[in-house]
Amino acid sequence: MKIVYTDNNATTRVAPEVLEEMLPYFSELYGNPSSMHSFGGNVGREITRARERVAALINAAPDEIIFTSCGTESDNAAIHAALAANPEKRHIITSGVEHPAIKNPLEDLEKKGYRVTFVPVDDKGRLDMALLYESMTDDTALVSLMWANNETGVIFPIKEIAQRAAEKGILFHTDAVQAVGKVPIDVKDAPVDMLSLSGHKIHAPKGVAALYVKKGLKFSSFLNGGHQENGRRGGTENTASIIGLGRACELATEHLTEMDTRVRALRDFLETRLVELIPAATVNGDKGNRLPNTLNIGFTAVEGESILLLMDQAGICASSGSACTSGSLDPSHVLMAMEVPLESVHGTIRFSLSCDNTQADMDHIVTTLPPVIQRLRDMSPFWKQEE
Amino acid sequence: MWEYSDKVKDHFLNPRNVGQMEAPDAVGETGSLSCGDALKLFLKINENERITDATFMTFGCASAVASSSALTEILKGMTLTEAAKLTNDDIADYLGGLPKAKMHCSVMGQNALKNAINAYKGIQIMEKPGTMVCECFDITDLEIIDAVKKNHLDSVEDVTAYLKAGGGCGNCIDKIEEIVDSVKTQA
Repeated sequence: MKIVYTDNNATTRVAPEVLEEMLPYFSELYGNPSSMHSFGGNVGREITRARERVAALINAAPDEIIFTSCGTESDNAAIHAALAANPEKRHIITSGVEHPAIKNPLEDLEKKGYRVTFVPVDDKGRLDMALLYESMTDDTALVSLMWANNETGVIFPIKEIAQRAAEKGILFHTDAVQAVGKVPIDVKDAPVDMLSLSGHKIHAPKGVAALYVKKGLKFSSFLNGGHQENGRRGGTENTASIIGLGRACELATEHLTEMDTRVRALRDFLETRLVELIPAATVNGDKGNRLPNTLNIGFTAVEGESILLLMDQAGICASSGSACTSGSLDPSHVLMAMEVPLESVHGTIRFSLSCDNTQADMDHIVTTLPPVIQRLRDMSPFWKQEE
Repeated sequence: MWEYSDKVKDHFLNPRNVGQMEAPDAVGETGSLSCGDALKLFLKINENERITDATFMTFGCASAVASSSALTEILKGMTLTEAAKLTNDDIADYLGGLPKAKMHCSVMGQNALKNAINAYKGIQIMEKPGTMVCECFDITDLEIIDAVKKNHLDSVEDVTAYLKAGGGCGNCIDKIEEIVDSVKTQA
């Protein structure tokens, strides 16, 4: 059975060009980039090149890039650095719809005595900007907001917020893991202090990520060890994956236009057809201001896991915000924060596309999904035939 | 899907006895839209108090559908006395086991059945004995103590997996922990 993969916000396929550049560093080119000998030094030079490529994607300088092991590490390192740089400040601002890599460490800090403001969003997933700006005080050590939401694709006005934070002298971090490679990002234009990005969301392998740290920012390392990454992140470099990430960033730059045109058109087609063909289907999130690859759609009176598993029978990979698939008994905190109605919150499906997707993929979903929803509604006690 | 038994997959993909029943003798409902799963059970009962037919309507995940389907298959041919003794474990066993986090789906089956039998016998649902612990899922301390003892649960997570208690707002988690600890120290 052919697999139709539309779960690219979860992870992406490693691009063949990326894998090809990585392979020698698993075998013959195994040197340690920190070594004195030129056998290791040659690997070190490739790490330097990867750093330049990652920096270029977001218009940063190479020495502003720290390689890490995952988006979660980048996020945790950013929080750690901001608090260490402002030991006297006890307040942090974030949103109510952040990824667990921000949400959970900040909730922990709250228990340890920090004051954390979770700025709410409206029913379209848009930030309460007035409340955000009112919350910024002299005591605020950090504002951390995601560039784009992983579940709905809704984009926050990061440039405007970063400028405001800079005026107030507050450090600003953005978790841009979902935005990088999908929308243009320029850290000179949007003056963020720190930015997290992750390899496996942009066709590099899992286990490699980066944190952008603006030049001049006092950075204390989260992972304390050797002198790697200019003393800012201990641990021998994950050389092959870092080199892969470099190539993936180059490819991401090349694909930005395609993402905004062809992939966006595929997503829009899918959305339009599903809403036309399936009664009581609602798109979640600000339609005018979303990532071009993401569709979050809710179906009344059916449950997400059941939808996913029936789609799985047809080779379609997607994900759901329903309680039964989230590993807890609660529906996604993002959809709850947006107050998505209970009738459809358990029946939400996220399709997230990449440049690998085709029109044939969309056609397959459009043919498969309506009968799947109908079948589940036929056995649902909450579905009224007349609806 | 990968952690479900073949029997669960089969009953999810090919559910038995789906649909509303014409003129049922008893109906039992449990769950709600807000908790993410719900089951409506319909029974035909003959003059000898034997269940001659059972159908269901279910909103929920694969294991909820499979548990409902299994329940209707188990019930057909049983007397009400036999049915009243049915437990959630019987449903889970019939399906070759359920993942721990999905045990509450089998509990849902047991509850719907209990409600159907009570409705048939005209038994008014009395206020549950004990003290309410989990407001979200309407679970009392006595129910938690019972589940912990019977199933040898030893953590809040176990209790949540079996009863859903603590899986909603989370306000009662400390209380559940106390109950689990006190049952363990008694044991």
